[in-house]
Amino acid sequence: MNELEIRTRVLEIIKSIAPELEEGELRPDRPLRDQIDLDSMDWLNVLVALHEKLHLDIPEADYRKLVSLDNLVGYLREKLAQRAA
Amino acid sequence: MIEFKLPSLGADMEEGKLLEWKVKPGEVVKRGQVIAVVDTSKAAVDVEIWQDGTMFEQVVSIGETVPVGTVLATLLAPGETPEQAALQKREVPPARPAPKDVTAPAAAVPLATTLAQRKPVSPAARKRARELDVDVDKLPGTGPHGAVTVEDVEKAGARPVPPPADRHAEMRKAIAAAMSRSKREIPHYYLSETIPMQRAAEWLARENEKRSVTERILMGALQLKAVALALAKAPELNGFWRDGAFQPATGVHIGVAISIRQGGLIAPAIHEVDKKSLAELMRALSDLVSRARAGSLRSSEMSDPSITVTNLGEQGVEAVFGVIYPPQVALVGFGRLETRPWSENGQVLALPLVTATLSADHRASDGIRGARFLAELRERLQHPEEL
Repeated sequence: MNELEIRTRVLEIIKSIAPELEEGELRPDRPLRDQIDLDSMDWLNVLVALHEKLHLDIPEADYRKLVSLDNLVGYLREKLAQRAA
Repeated sequence: MIEFKLPSLGADMEEGKLLEWKVKPGEVVKRGQVIAVVDTSKAAVDVEIWQDGTMFEQVVSIGETVPVGTVLATLLAPGETPEQAALQKREVPPARPAPKDVTAPAAAVPLATTLAQRKPVSPAARKRARELDVDVDKLPGTGPHGAVTVEDVEKAGARPVPPPADRHAEMRKAIAAAMSRSKREIPHYYLSETIPMQRAAEWLARENEKRSVTERILMGALQLKAVALALAKAPELNGFWRDGAFQPATGVHIGVAISIRQGGLIAPAIHEVDKKSLAELMRALSDLVSRARAGSLRSSEMSDPSITVTNLGEQGVEAVFGVIYPPQVALVGFGRLETRPWSENGQVLALPLVTATLSADHRASDGIRGARFLAELRERLQHPEEL
């Protein structure tokens, strides 16, 4: 799965939780949760959906690395690459 | 005969619109079963029945808006026959308008005979038939004893149910009414307490390390459980103020304030929070939040919260002093969990802290009881492994 595909998947998941999201308004390099008002329950639901779609379990200790959309996509790409290797 | 009435699904509800019948006439229902879906200003609510029985007659038709307390349907008690139920009814169904091509039957025929001979049509079905311009006497009935039901008429009329009103505006109105009533009637007092959260946060991090993402527990669940257990020390905070007196609740049913993304707020209950494990509580919370946001709640969740908990910490505030949701008598608020200076044994430490607040009804409890509650809440959160 390439970066664009991962990004599309992640955005789909976020949109299912925050349907009012306008993609054009989201700055991928800025803190994600502040921009679209994801509370901890919403965030957990994002992670559960990623777990279901990509079969990746993101440990809580890694949450702090996942601030922006770019961070999240990069993190997932790395994890998926590790798994493939 | 059992009368199934539209329950009040919160202090701010005056009427509801029937969206759907979940049970057909003739079907057996069990206590706790969802019978109908009713649109309130806040959500589409699955309304449960609290008696066993058999659906007899759907009195209110789909799309109708009726006040709280209106009989929505009648049901047969276990062992009761439709004939007994029909005779038991105090009111004779309104005379149907004479069909154009037939002479009206003599009005003097005794009721029992009329019911036995005439094809049974519920008053609601008759009313709906008039609205939809459907001839009920030509319809095949699918109800008990071939009765024509509202559903039969709707099917024949095939007119779509009008869309729900602007939910956001309605919800705003409902919140305005409940909060105005609260501030008009309830003499609030407010207390706050800063709670060290290091033990709880560390314990939760260790716990979640062991868990898959689908089993993870949020701090919010820990806080809810701690509130539920601490209420044992302050039963005057868990219940209702009704008819000039405090009524203690029979269980700890915590209303969880959930913000709706499009705006507005709803606070449905999680039942028996004190008796649930953290894992059960987390599942219940997650389920409740998703259903509240999808607008699909059950009547018991709407009507019986015995205290409310609100958490505004994620929106960044340090503390929240809430407005009590009548007829409840207390609201507990949690602010932001963050590392701040804290002094202990003559030393200043940087610790994760949270400010918990209590808004309580002074008619039902005094500050000393409220203070005892917050002290117990702090204590409970120091022993997360016991939650």
